[in-house]
Amino acid sequence: MDLNTIWFILIGVLFTGFFFLEGFDFGVGILLPFLGKEDKERRIIINTIGPHWDANEVWLVTAGGAMFAAFPNWYATLFSGFYLALFLMLLTMILRAVAFEFRSKDKNPRWRSWWDWMIFVGSLVPALLWGVAMANLLRGVPIDASMTYVGGFFNLLNPFALLCGLTFVLVFTLHGAIFLTLKTDGQISKRARAVAKALWIPAVVSLVLALGMGYFGTGMAARLGVAPIVVPLIAVVALLLVSWFLYRERTGLAFVLTGVTIAFSTITLFMGLYPRVMVSSLSPDWSLTIYNASSSPYTLKVMSIVALILLPIVLAYQAWSYWIFRQRLVRESPLEY
Amino acid sequence: MNELLLARWQFAITCTYHYFFVPLTLGLSILVAIMETRYARTGDEVFKRMAKFWGKLFLINFAMGVATGLVMEFQFGMNWSEYARFVGDIFGAPLAIEALLAFFLEATFLGIWIFGWDKLSKSLHAAAMWMVAIGSNMSALWILIANSFMQQPVGYTIRNGRAEMTDFFVLITNPNVRFQFPHVIAAGITTAAFFVLGISAYHLLRKSHDLEVFRRSFRIAVVYAVIGTVLVILVGHGQTQHMIDTQPMKMAAAEALMQTEDPASFSLLSIVNEADMTDIFSIRIPGLLSFLAYNTFQGEVKGIHELQVTYQDLYGPGNYVPPVAVSYWTFRLMVGAGFLMALLALVGLYLVFRERFEQQRLYLTLLVPAIALPYIANTTGWLLTEVGRQPWIVFGLQKTEDAVSPAVSAGMVLFSLATFTVLYGALMVADIYLLSKYAKSGPEGQEDLSPAGAH
Repeated sequence: MDLNTIWFILIGVLFTGFFFLEGFDFGVGILLPFLGKEDKERRIIINTIGPHWDANEVWLVTAGGAMFAAFPNWYATLFSGFYLALFLMLLTMILRAVAFEFRSKDKNPRWRSWWDWMIFVGSLVPALLWGVAMANLLRGVPIDASMTYVGGFFNLLNPFALLCGLTFVLVFTLHGAIFLTLKTDGQISKRARAVAKALWIPAVVSLVLALGMGYFGTGMAARLGVAPIVVPLIAVVALLLVSWFLYRERTGLAFVLTGVTIAFSTITLFMGLYPRVMVSSLSPDWSLTIYNASSSPYTLKVMSIVALILLPIVLAYQAWSYWIFRQRLVRESPLEY
Repeated sequence: MNELLLARWQFAITCTYHYFFVPLTLGLSILVAIMETRYARTGDEVFKRMAKFWGKLFLINFAMGVATGLVMEFQFGMNWSEYARFVGDIFGAPLAIEALLAFFLEATFLGIWIFGWDKLSKSLHAAAMWMVAIGSNMSALWILIANSFMQQPVGYTIRNGRAEMTDFFVLITNPNVRFQFPHVIAAGITTAAFFVLGISAYHLLRKSHDLEVFRRSFRIAVVYAVIGTVLVILVGHGQTQHMIDTQPMKMAAAEALMQTEDPASFSLLSIVNEADMTDIFSIRIPGLLSFLAYNTFQGEVKGIHELQVTYQDLYGPGNYVPPVAVSYWTFRLMVGAGFLMALLALVGLYLVFRERFEQQRLYLTLLVPAIALPYIANTTGWLLTEVGRQPWIVFGLQKTEDAVSPAVSAGMVLFSLATFTVLYGALMVADIYLLSKYAKSGPEGQEDLSPAGAH
């Protein structure tokens, strides 16, 4: 396996980590205004992700940095091509980050309600747009011979991409609802479980349609053959099992399974891309690949060593932080803020 | 308005804005860690209240830094895709390392610090803030390694139509970063020191509750301010000399030095006609610039006209003169603010030694508006660094005009620029509102501001 492939996998891993972790905290953010009936409940809901959301977001920063370092042309074409989509993502993520810190710092109910809605918007819009962006990498967008995106904003809003966006939102919200069921108790936990149960069917339908369209509609099946279909199947089966565990109150397992769904859906996407990183809808020759978009072998080597050393350490202390805050948040918990 | 100009404005606005929050994070993280370490060692509750009080202000500031930081990382690709293609092989590496090595550390341990007061032992909790401090200051190192490549490209070769890395070690030990990094760290220390001094002075003047918190904060911050300002000036001096070697045009513009001089004069006040690069008015001190450059009153410093000719020979026809007025005035504001802070810090140290600082009402009153000084110096310092490098985005290798994204239209940038500006303006109002509310309320008042039932 060459370094280009290793870095392609590594960026896949970083996006998987980002979607898995930020997936539930986007979900929690989307559910916040609906599951928190009064101020204290909202504070509890926010505190379930309070210690983690920022570090979860660093997975995105790292994925972006890794893309820049390993595949500068991918980074350049994607970020300039999807300009308005990424701009909207930034805008809403800024508001979300500020909202976490600002919302409790004033007692005015309108102030709090404003920031709570910003957490909602800042969770919903990026979730949707990541689905749209990822789908378009695979489906193909107008890229010319000089690796420049020549489409507009509305090229991105095709049915497949919108379906993937919807799937991201539904699966993340489900993931978040299960996380909240686990991390809270009493009324909030009950409500979160009810939401999870209600979201399950739409999430399954949406995921099956999206994976089906991705697999058969983007030429993936023709390129890869039938064997890798196991991967999207695992994603679907895991999601199907979620309901079974939810009804038996085995919430921890249900959470693991939505995680499996997110991970295997992301892997499906990256498998469909490989060895391309961005498909050109104008000519197959103009697609960006792990070779024509990559950095020099020397840079890839340096970065491989760096990542090999640092990534395990990061995983270790991030896991430790989840261990510290493993307990459920109850109404009597001291709500640091 | 073309896309290039709009993209430059957007980068300038979003970067300057982001940098309002960064230096305070760098410096205050260390200061809060010191306060909490003393609490962990002595068990003295005053230190705990200090850590909590300044920690709260740290968090309000930090949130803004994080939120606006994401824009910076995305923007290289969004607006400067040709730059990203040209230097990605080199520039991406420190950015990725910054995230892996620094941002994860900072974000994870800050989460632990905020929510872990009753979950960790005192020392472990203080250690978490040290991790935050190490993380944020290390992030400065890696982004400055990246920026230093733009100022002084090293460890690369031009191959496949782009700059490719040939030596990672040379890249991270760029001579430029040896000045830039300590300068930025010292500036962070200075910013935090004046932030703490100004707010402490406010409370000492008003004889607020819990004065002991502010007395001790004041004493620590004065020492911190002296260290910061002395360091920033010493390193800054070295950095200026380095600039004359590596980017003489930036120095010439910062000094409005039209003709090459030996010995070279230092400008006290110059007004320049930038259309034909002539002095309209200029008062200069003979020999002083040579002294700043070489530590002796002899020595040639090149002027704008000669450098322009040299660069045309080297790089082909074009205008290689950066905006002179911006370079000139930002340099003066930065240095002026720096020396003023050093003076205030030394006076403060003297008063603290004599145990007289609480009675010096005039001095304390001055310290409140002096909070603005580090912000002026930080902002103008970066404006000089980046504007003074023009027309280059990477000195000698790529011009800014060749770096902009072809896929992005002027209308798109205008839309994002306008939206960012409005959003950032509104957030600044909210940020200052919260900061001043919490700063004024003091450690005990803060408890009341927290939601019911909270700590």
